[in-house]
This record gives sequence, C-alpha cells and structure tokens, in this order.
Amino acid sequence: MDWLNLIVIPVVRSLVLIFVLLTGFAYLTWYERKLLARFHVRYGPNRAGPKGLLQPVADAVKAIFKEEIIPGHVDKVVYLLAPALALAPALLIWAVIPLGKDFPAVADVPIGFLWILAVAGIESYGVILAGWSSNNNYSLLGALRSSAQMISYELPLGLFLISILLLAGDFSLVNLAEAPRQWWEWIWLWIMFPLFFICVLAETNRSPFDLPETENELIAGFQTEYGGIKFALFFMAEYINMITTSAIMATLFFGGYALPFGIGSEILPWLGPFILFGKVVVLLFLFIWVRASIGRPRYDQLMHFSWKTLLPISLAYMVITALLTVFFKP
Amino acid sequence: MSFEMIFFILVGALSVGSAVGVVSSKVAVHSALFLLVHFATLAILYVTLNAQFLAAVQVIVYAGGIVILILFVIMLIGSAPLDTRAGYRNWVPYAGLGLGGALLAGISWNVLRMPAVALNPDANQGGVPVVLGLHLYSQNILLVELAAVLLLVALLGALLLARRPKAEEA
Repeated sequence: MDWLNLIVIPVVRSLVLIFVLLTGFAYLTWYERKLLARFHVRYGPNRAGPKGLLQPVADAVKAIFKEEIIPGHVDKVVYLLAPALALAPALLIWAVIPLGKDFPAVADVPIGFLWILAVAGIESYGVILAGWSSNNNYSLLGALRSSAQMISYELPLGLFLISILLLAGDFSLVNLAEAPRQWWEWIWLWIMFPLFFICVLAETNRSPFDLPETENELIAGFQTEYGGIKFALFFMAEYINMITTSAIMATLFFGGYALPFGIGSEILPWLGPFILFGKVVVLLFLFIWVRASIGRPRYDQLMHFSWKTLLPISLAYMVITALLTVFFKP
Repeated sequence: MSFEMIFFILVGALSVGSAVGVVSSKVAVHSALFLLVHFATLAILYVTLNAQFLAAVQVIVYAGGIVILILFVIMLIGSAPLDTRAGYRNWVPYAGLGLGGALLAGISWNVLRMPAVALNPDANQGGVPVVLGLHLYSQNILLVELAAVLLLVALLGALLLARRPKAEEA
C-alpha cells in the first residue's frame, strides 16, 4: 500500500499528464499553423485528414523515420544530451501545476512556486549545450545569444514573480490560484501582465524574441546541426514551454482552474481541468497572434529593452507592491 | 537497510562521482556539466533533510545562474581542450590533496562533536521560508548586511573594470 501511494500512483498520473502534454504539443503546431495561415489570409494545412487534423500525425511519422545523422565534428555526448535537457524541464514544471479542486498537482508541495523558478532556471541548458556541442560558429552564436537573453530577462521576470508572491503571501500554487484578492489587487496584477508576457516571450525564445534561432542571420542558430527526431525534440520543448507558461500565467493572473467570482467551482469541481484548458488556449492564441504581427527587434535593442526599461520598471513595481501590501492588506 | 539509507548512498555516490568528474574532465564544458549534476545531487540531499527551501534556492542560484554564467564565459573565450602538461607543477595535486584532507578533517571534527538532535527546534521545519526569513533578518541581520556590502563592493569593482577610460574614447 505504501509503495502504491509512493510510486505507482504518481507514476501513472505523470504518464497520463505527459501523454496529454505531448498530444497538446502536436495539436498546438496544427493550431499555430492554422492561425498563422488565417492571419496571412491562407488556408494552412488542409490535406491530411479533415481540416488538416491529421497533419501532426504525419509530421511525427516523418520525424521518427528520418535517417539519424550525427555530424562528425560534434561533441557526441553533449550533442545527444542537449535535446533531452531541453525537453525535460518543460515537462517537469507540470509536477506542481494544480489542475482543479479535485485534481491537485502530481506533487502538491508547499514550495510549488519555487519549483517553477528552479526548473525555469535550468530550461536554457538545452539550447546552450546544443549550440556549443554542434561545434559550428552559427550555432555557438545562437547559444551565446540565448544564454545572454535568458539571464537578462530572468531578472525582471523574477522581480515580477516576487511581486505576485508579496501580494499573495504564499508559495503554494493552489493558494496562489485561489487567493482571495481585492479588486485593486486584480487591477494591479493585470497592469503588470503585458510586461510579464514580454518576459515570458523572451524566456521561451518565441518570436519576436527568437534571436537564438533567427533563420536569416544564424540559419536556425543552435539547432542548425540537428535533424529528424532530435530536431523535433527541440520543437517539442519550445511548444510545451508555451503550454506550460500559459498554464502558469493562467494560474497566477487569471485564477487558474477557477471560474471568475467563484461561479460553479462548488457545483462542478471536475470542470477545473477544462477551465484551465480554456484559459491556456486563449493565452496560446496570444503567443501566436504576437508571432504573426510583430517583427524581430535587433539583438542590441532586445538587450537594451531588458536592462534599461524592463528592469527599472520591475524594480519600481516590486517596491510599490511591497508598500501596497504593507498598507492596504489586512 | 532502510529505503532512506539506500537512497542516500545512491545520491551520495552520484554526488562524489560528479565532483570527481569536475576536476578530471579535460573539456571545460564537461566540467561545468559535472558541476551541474553535483549541484543537483546536493539539492536532492537537502530535500531528504527536509530543507526544501534551501534545495530550491540551491537549484535557482547555482544551476540556474552560476553554471549558466560559467558556460557563457567558456563559450565567449573559447574552449580548446586543456593541454594538461602546459604549466603543470608537480606539487599542485599533493597540495590540493592536503588542503582537501584538512577541510574534510575540520568538518568531520565539528560534525561528530555535535549532538545527534537538531540544535535549534526550528531547524526541523527549515523548509518553511517564514522561519528561515525570521532567523535571517532578526538574529543574523549583521551577517546579511555584511554580505550585502561585499556584493556592493564586487558590483563597484565590475563597474570600474568595465568602464572605458575617457582618453581612449576620444
């Protein structure tokens, strides 16, 4: 019985979660291609299955059956390790995200928030190591850009997260999602959301901040030397990161699995995962919308924006939040 | 043997093995990766000691910050495989061994002297950030402030080094 609770049940739940996430990744690529096509006034994938719904399956089969090529000039161990290191953190974060009142996280730990920070910290290793081990100047430049960008945007992101913590006063994600907030707290949080979203875009290497893999200057940067399923793993990592960060943002800013004003959470507790799913889909739309609309900044503009604009704003935001918490929170 | 003991031995072996890897790798990036594994095992050991907060901080600061900076520097200045004979001095390994032994002896001496129970009852709930914060910012405030001054001096030093002399710009 002890073993059952300790090992078997968490393993089964993790496997189910991973299966859902990987399926989510596959259909996120379809969702993105369809949406981008609509933004460009095209049709998008529409050959494999109705409305192109089988396109992800076709892509997966293609990636798996491609010849596995390992270039002769790479550092083999690190080269093979990098895609796994890119994907693992994206999945690991889900251990602590609460899915609903009756569906607590796989590991419902009191320091769930810190877990997210810690795993987000090791997220960049995949990209950095891929760039270095490829032994290719373009890849190395991509890796350098990636590490500098991640470190720069982690600072304002961390400060914003600290502000959220200050307001809620708890490390547990369940309590963060369900924290009873006053109206001014919601407004104060939502003022910050666009800036937070910018940091998240930079952390997930999403367009317009995909400078580590710019096709036109770095020929895909850190993943130039990768093909077949190993390339697909990087792709997977990026898209699952999008899903993960959307879920985190939904939890921190929009009440996670709960409906606004507490509607229905008592009557239909099993709705939680579906509500979270809905919020994630809306936030994912935001990612894709930005990609379709905004061009890349230059690299120096990107760095200047982080250090000279976002960092001072986030510091000021944190100080004001601390003052608000001290004076207005009971 | 209990489950905890087996787990501790496994993680401890991994920890020591990766520490050996750090000093024995010839490629700088491999050393950095071994260091990363080592930090991760330390974090796991903290969790088994019921210090989750410390474990999280360990990963955030060391794995998420410091090793990434190390990798950044290695990539920036290039990482040719180390030529072990260049600048090699015979006495260095022995000096390292001696100093390491002295450190081990010192730590062991202090640990073995301690009673088996926690000195501070709060230490058993050290995973809770509130308790840690209260201790840090009340009893040990002087140490925190000293560390802050040290960091400030380091920051000023970095500024001074990074600043271009005015004559050069003109």
